[in-house]
Amino acid sequence: MKNLKDLEKKINSELTTKVKSTKINHNHIYINIESENLLEVVLFIKNNNQTKFKQLIDITAVDYPENERRFKLVYLLLSHEFNSRIILDFFINENEIVTSLTSVFPSSNWMEREVFDMYGVKFKDHPDLRRILTDYGFKGHPLRKDFPLTGHNEVRYSEDDKKVIYEPVKLEQNYRNFDYESPWEGTEYIKNQTKK
Amino acid sequence: MAKEKKTLNLNFGPQHPAAHGVLRLILELDGEVVEHADPHIGLLHRGTEKLIENKTYLQALPYFDRLDYVAPMNQEHAFALAVEKILNIEVPIRAQFIRVMFCEIGRILSHILNITTQALDVGALTPSLWGFEERETLMTFYERVSGSRLHANYFRTGGVHQDLPRGLSDDIALFCQNFPKVINDLETLLTDNRIFKQRNVDIGIVSKQDALEYSFSGVMLRGSGIPWDLRKSQPYECYDQLDFKIPIGKNGDCYDRYLCRIEEMKESVDIINQCLVKMPSGPIKSLDGKISPPPKKELKESMEALIHHFKLFTEGYRVKKDEIYVAVEAPKGEFGVYLISDGSSKPYKCKIRAPGFSHLQAMDYLIKGHMLADVPAVLGSIDVVFGEIDR
Repeated sequence: MKNLKDLEKKINSELTTKVKSTKINHNHIYINIESENLLEVVLFIKNNNQTKFKQLIDITAVDYPENERRFKLVYLLLSHEFNSRIILDFFINENEIVTSLTSVFPSSNWMEREVFDMYGVKFKDHPDLRRILTDYGFKGHPLRKDFPLTGHNEVRYSEDDKKVIYEPVKLEQNYRNFDYESPWEGTEYIKNQTKK
Repeated sequence: MAKEKKTLNLNFGPQHPAAHGVLRLILELDGEVVEHADPHIGLLHRGTEKLIENKTYLQALPYFDRLDYVAPMNQEHAFALAVEKILNIEVPIRAQFIRVMFCEIGRILSHILNITTQALDVGALTPSLWGFEERETLMTFYERVSGSRLHANYFRTGGVHQDLPRGLSDDIALFCQNFPKVINDLETLLTDNRIFKQRNVDIGIVSKQDALEYSFSGVMLRGSGIPWDLRKSQPYECYDQLDFKIPIGKNGDCYDRYLCRIEEMKESVDIINQCLVKMPSGPIKSLDGKISPPPKKELKESMEALIHHFKLFTEGYRVKKDEIYVAVEAPKGEFGVYLISDGSSKPYKCKIRAPGFSHLQAMDYLIKGHMLADVPAVLGSIDVVFGEIDR
């Protein structure tokens, strides 16, 4: 494996202003950037002869509802030549539009569609930004933290209408999320009380 | 007068035996030639990633069996490795060999299914009958070790759930003795078969460049001549102690991918044999009471064991704040888990990277210009399983 430290240095020196911070952890390089520099950074690490991150492994997002910039977008890249991985991430606001990578990696098409479907993040210049995993006509973005685990609608076959119909979810009992945190350390609500 | 060009839209699936699951493929046909393919997926979407965010690490593991359900333990492996890396725990060497052995059994399971059903799609019935018999034998190994044929739930953070039952190693060794003959039998049916070759050679060709651009991995990448296997290039577990070869294709067509899979099965048999020989005796899971539950015997005598047991099965173990991506070489390609932990006993985020997702995405690229009859051949050859694609 090519020395990760050299690689990190190389990226830092070539992209000085574009890269906010880098670190090495678990044998991967983690790079934090700003959303507007995405295309430039990706083009550089893909095409430069000393990096050659030719493959986009995956794109995903993470939801932090309490943050001002709510979503973290994560791009996983792999360089076969130097046998190393990069985890590229940046934070965006809820309504911010991200540049699509479809012109650089054709495989980012479905990955971005999935992020759009699951988190509602929109991509600029994407040729076909439809939902991908959820049902036709689905509303909401399931992987956002404020989306309930049980969802909003359920389907069943109606004998009267002779077709599958949608109904609001009815539960005999709410989904129970037990708080098992150690009573010695105190559960969340007790800790909050004692802080005050 | 110029003739107006008419194309026909054809719905392939979602209930079609050659779609290998619930795939709705919308094909735009000009005569019999496919002009455009638009796969609609998600018909098997169960929200695995959302569910995992709401479960403890122990409860999250069984969901991985339900992704690529023809090779369940390979998926569990990725998740177990991810958690172990964050927690920084050492897996006992015996457990490592057991896990690798069952991953290779999973690889054979998956490849048998893929080779024989792909052959079925192009007109050969017999291989699937012969292959399924072997799959059944392998699944009894799963059953004997974990209690269930398919949804094993066998791997644990820090090792495996229980040791191999008595006699299992001998039976696996016996299987390894007999199985190469079955592979040969399958090959006599397919490798030089005129019809099979006509249907597969030069169909769905992927160039090296495109294999990278489309995020291919596993056999899809090796079939095109790129020597890349995570077991060799980024060895995890005890793969660096084992001796095996990586078969590579030349032309990147369906036939080469078939040949790769056949050779990989032979290598897997070899790996299983080596595991059986090299496997030492010893513990099969981490001895850290904060991670793995104590043996039943101790529960009766030790208060500490009882407390550990209680904590593990109510709150679960906590995983310190971290962010990690771990990939394993699953039968279908690079299967990865991107995990964000926040110090509690539940993952904050767990993204599952399924190889089939990017493979199926390239369907339009693979099938453009081919005949309608080639659709099942290509679809079979990219080895789609909807459990992992839809998640």
